[in-house]
Amino acid sequence: MTTAPDRDTALSRLALTRRLVALLRREEAVVAGIGNTNFDLAAAGDRPQNFYMLGSMGLAASIALGVALAQPARRVVALEGDGSLLMNLGCLATIATVAPPNLALIVWDNGAYQITGGQLAATAAGTDLVAVARGAGIARSAWAHDEATFDRLVAAALREPGPALIAARVDAAPGAARPERDPVLLKDRFMRGLGAR
Amino acid sequence: MDWAEAILASFRERDLCLVAYVPDEVLGPLIGGALADARLTVLCATREEEAIGIACGAALGGMPGAVLMQSSGLGNSINALASLAVPYQVPLLLIIAERGVLGEFNPVQVPIGRALRPALDALGIPHHTLARADEVGPVAGRTLRQCLLTQAPAALILSPLLTGGKERA
Ligand SMILES: Cc1ncc(C[n+]2csc(CCOP(=O)(O)OP(=O)(O)O)c2C)c(N)n1
Repeated sequence: MTTAPDRDTALSRLALTRRLVALLRREEAVVAGIGNTNFDLAAAGDRPQNFYMLGSMGLAASIALGVALAQPARRVVALEGDGSLLMNLGCLATIATVAPPNLALIVWDNGAYQITGGQLAATAAGTDLVAVARGAGIARSAWAHDEATFDRLVAAALREPGPALIAARVDAAPGAARPERDPVLLKDRFMRGLGAR
Repeated sequence: MDWAEAILASFRERDLCLVAYVPDEVLGPLIGGALADARLTVLCATREEEAIGIACGAALGGMPGAVLMQSSGLGNSINALASLAVPYQVPLLLIIAERGVLGEFNPVQVPIGRALRPALDALGIPHHTLARADEVGPVAGRTLRQCLLTQAPAALILSPLLTGGKERA
């Protein structure tokens, strides 16, 4: 869908994260952005192919692009919050230009910077990140209006040539778990999970 | 061998395969040489912070890289270095064309030029300044070797004495 869903039909971010993880079958790499995004990924089931960002707000898609270039045979998924993506919109143009076929971006749009106190983001005022991504040149960009559509879009993004972007309006539930706050350990596990060490 | 060729040779010697850059005139020969090298994956980022994210991701995937920028780009890079490359101990070679010194014509390049080394020092990122063509090969090679083996970012600063700097625009 190219039209953004209503906010009053917001989906559970944790439930969608769990659905994503359930669709991973081939040791896909998942790079999860700062805060709630990676807290929910940790809650959805830790995997050695998960990378948790303790900082570097906005760089999930860029890090995932790097992983995708380094490992063209592996599918790579970036999970990013809307506030975070707004900090690094240029990455959409870069990803469109480089066009890695093995990269998918998933954007959680709760219309806010939830973890810092729920300050409204531009997405609450009308910035449509799917339209922004299409304008940047990522043609395969779509809104997931419900869980079934999300599953279908994710399954396609993991199978078909990308890059793809999937966005969903999500709730404001707090992140459900915490990854270990040890950057070197997180890196080491991820690299071993990818067979890079 | 000119300085750009010597840097590219160090990439080949250490099997460094990814180059992300934000355009800069002084870096032209290095960017051009990288683009002409079929072994390298070369991409232009919209912002230096993004380039660091890409290079860190590639390093995590087993393909360490270099990020090319002018000194003002370090200002755009600080948080990516401070909260990603440094604490996660990601090997990453920064190649920084120095502005703001030795005949700079643009006043706004001077303050960030002055902050360049203190900022790298504060982040704990080792840096070497290259001013002579004959030192480029050995210093680049050794810096890259240490960066990869100790898993830490490092920086090479290209002085206008090496590159000729930027003529008045
Ligand atoms: C460079 C930088 N600026 C600001 C912050 C503070 N900060 C941490 S998370 C966050 C909000 C992230 O928003 P979003 O990605 O939409 O996730 P949400 O909290 O809504 O789940 C902010 C502003 C930070 N960590 N780093």
